[in-house]
Amino acid sequence: MVDDHNSPVADDELHVYVDGELPADRLAAVESWLSSHPEDAALVAAWRAQAEAIRARYGSVANEPVPNRLALKKIMRSNRSWGAVAAAAAVLAFVIGGAAGWLARGASAAAPSEVSMFTAEALGAHRLYIGEVRHPIEVKAEENHLLPWLSRRVGTTLRAPDLGGFGLKLLGGRLLPGIRGPAALFMYEGGSGERFTIYCSRLDETRTSFRYDANSNFGAVHWIEGGYGWVVSGPQDKARLKSIAGVAYDQIENRPPAPTRSSVDQLISRRGS
Amino acid sequence: MSTFHQDIEAVIPALRRYARALTRDAETADDLVQDTLVRALRSEHLFHGGDVRSWLYTILTNLNRNRLRSLARRPTLMPIEDNDAPDAAGPEAGGRDIERALALLVDEQRTALLLVVLEGLTYREVAEVQGVPIGTVMSRLARARVQIKTYLDGERPALRRVK
Repeated sequence: MVDDHNSPVADDELHVYVDGELPADRLAAVESWLSSHPEDAALVAAWRAQAEAIRARYGSVANEPVPNRLALKKIMRSNRSWGAVAAAAAVLAFVIGGAAGWLARGASAAAPSEVSMFTAEALGAHRLYIGEVRHPIEVKAEENHLLPWLSRRVGTTLRAPDLGGFGLKLLGGRLLPGIRGPAALFMYEGGSGERFTIYCSRLDETRTSFRYDANSNFGAVHWIEGGYGWVVSGPQDKARLKSIAGVAYDQIENRPPAPTRSSVDQLISRRGS
Repeated sequence: MSTFHQDIEAVIPALRRYARALTRDAETADDLVQDTLVRALRSEHLFHGGDVRSWLYTILTNLNRNRLRSLARRPTLMPIEDNDAPDAAGPEAGGRDIERALALLVDEQRTALLLVVLEGLTYREVAEVQGVPIGTVMSRLARARVQIKTYLDGERPALRRVK
């Protein structure tokens, strides 16, 4: 009686059986085991029903027509034109920025206040660009003209805060259309790929201290100071966002503290160039 | 188009299906597929033979993991809103149940399960996609199935530690 057919069948082997990977020479043993062990047979049936439910729910997606934006030829074309993008990037930023604004409007209430539109705009830009693999930013942090350019367009001397203390590195920035004029978006990335953004644009509202907002996926801390609004967006982690905002605020609004070596480049104001 | 490109194109419908089940949101899913294709085309020079399909699944799986890491840090305990399932219209209660059950899984477990039961990959292929030993794939699969069964049987899965 101690042959293969009667040796106990472990759960592992039941999974292998359900997934069709069982070696042929074990099939008979497992099936005979199941016929005499109703609990295990019920497990196997439940797992099969799960797989059926998953296939019933999602299987048909593969039969849908592939949307145009996923057409390989289209993606190949846009990949090729990578080199010649100065003008195209500006147009794209405008179009996408407009789309972000539209998305943000859809998400906010019927008669949103200026400030809530502003943060919705920032969150919309955050949501749109942190998912970008190729173009999360327009200008890299290493390029000397990033801060002078954004400062000139936004109309104030911008600093991209050093968030190295949070394990976040500045990737770069981009220019976006905002509700009251051009907006700057700085993007930061952590070691495990998590991304935070800092958004800044003119906002003629009274000065506020930190306020926290969240939509379904992201959180944001904003403040208004000297006619400009700032929004720090990232994963929904209020405490972390607040401490990041605190550090950013200190570096942006106060005299820069003695800069660390890594932050020297970011903190230098390049008004002259 | 080269053979390489044709091979990629042939996998797009399956990538969309996998991404839809992973994210349970049509728009996010197609974003992921698009990023996957962009990255694949850019890394063509890094592809030295082998299975294009597995390679694409690997890229998509990694991009999705990055995406999740950039989102909230409490995915397994999030209350599930009705609008989490915008495309589960109609009286498809069964479809919504499995959708919710999937939503409760840890990402690695969901990925392993979907690659096996929805995409038909072998354990070995899933191990390559996830970059882990086959034994790890099997334990992820087993945990996923226990979790889903617990959920469908009507218990609150988050309240129990399941082996």
